[in-house]
Amino acid sequence: MVYILTGLHATQSSFFSSTLSYFSRLPYFQRKSYLESREWRLYFATGVIFGALIYTITLSPEGFWATSIPWWRLLVGGFLVGFGTRLSSGCTSGHGISGVASLSTASIVAVITFIVVGVITSNAMTLLGITP
Amino acid sequence: MNSRNVVLFAGGIIFGFGLAVGGMAKPEIVLSFLQLKDLGLVLLMGVAAGTTFIAINIVPRFLDEPILGGEFKPRTRELTRNTVAGAVIFGVGWGLSGQCPGSALSSLGIGNLPILIGIAAMFAGAYVMGRFFGS
Repeated sequence: MVYILTGLHATQSSFFSSTLSYFSRLPYFQRKSYLESREWRLYFATGVIFGALIYTITLSPEGFWATSIPWWRLLVGGFLVGFGTRLSSGCTSGHGISGVASLSTASIVAVITFIVVGVITSNAMTLLGITP
Repeated sequence: MNSRNVVLFAGGIIFGFGLAVGGMAKPEIVLSFLQLKDLGLVLLMGVAAGTTFIAINIVPRFLDEPILGGEFKPRTRELTRNTVAGAVIFGVGWGLSGQCPGSALSSLGIGNLPILIGIAAMFAGAYVMGRFFGS
C-alpha cells in the first residue's frame, strides 16, 4: 500500500541510522538519503508501535505481554542486529520483504544467510542449555 | 502532517498490527521458528513478500507513477562482502535474541517493555557501524 501510494520502500532498519542523523554530525549519518527519509521513517516506526498496541487492546486474547528472555540476550542480540543490518543494508523487511519482492540477488543471498545463521545460533543456544 | 506521512503512519499501523497478529512481535515465537518448531512465520513472511511482489512488479504496469507522486523503483542493492558479513552478524543477533528491527518496535506495542533494552542496543549497533565502518 505504501509503495503504490508513495513509491517508498517502508523498511525498518534504516530507521535507526536515519534517526541517528538527528543526533550525530558524522557525515555517514548526515547523508542525503537519511536526511530525506528520517521524517517519514519516524512516522512509519511510530505507526508500527501503535499498530501492535491497537491489536493488543482490541483483538488480542491475552492483553499486554512481556518476554522472559533475559536482558543480556536482548542487549547483545540487539547490538548485533543493529550493527549487522546496517552493514548489510537491510533486515527482515528490507531484504526479506522488499528486496526479495524486487528479486534482488543481494537480498536473496542476505536472507538465506541470516536465516541459516539464525537457525544455527538459536539451536546452539538450546544445545548449550541456555533457555530462554 | 503531510499526506505522505499519513500514508506512512497508516502503513506502519497495518505492519505493526500484522506482526502482532502473526506472532512475530514475540521474540519467543521467533526463536521457536528459528528452531524449526513453529513454522507459522513462514506464512507471515510469504504473504508479506507476495503482496509486496505484486506491488513492485505488477502494479507499475498499470500505474505510471505512485498515486501521491514519486517514482516506482524496485529495491536493489549491490551484493558486496558487507551484505553477507552483515547478514551473518544480524543472524547471530537474531538467533540470540529473537528480535529484528520491525518485530522489536511491534513488540513494544504489545507491552513488552524489556524490548527497550534491545531497541536501545540496536541504535548503539547502528551507531557503531556508521561511526567506525561507515563510508
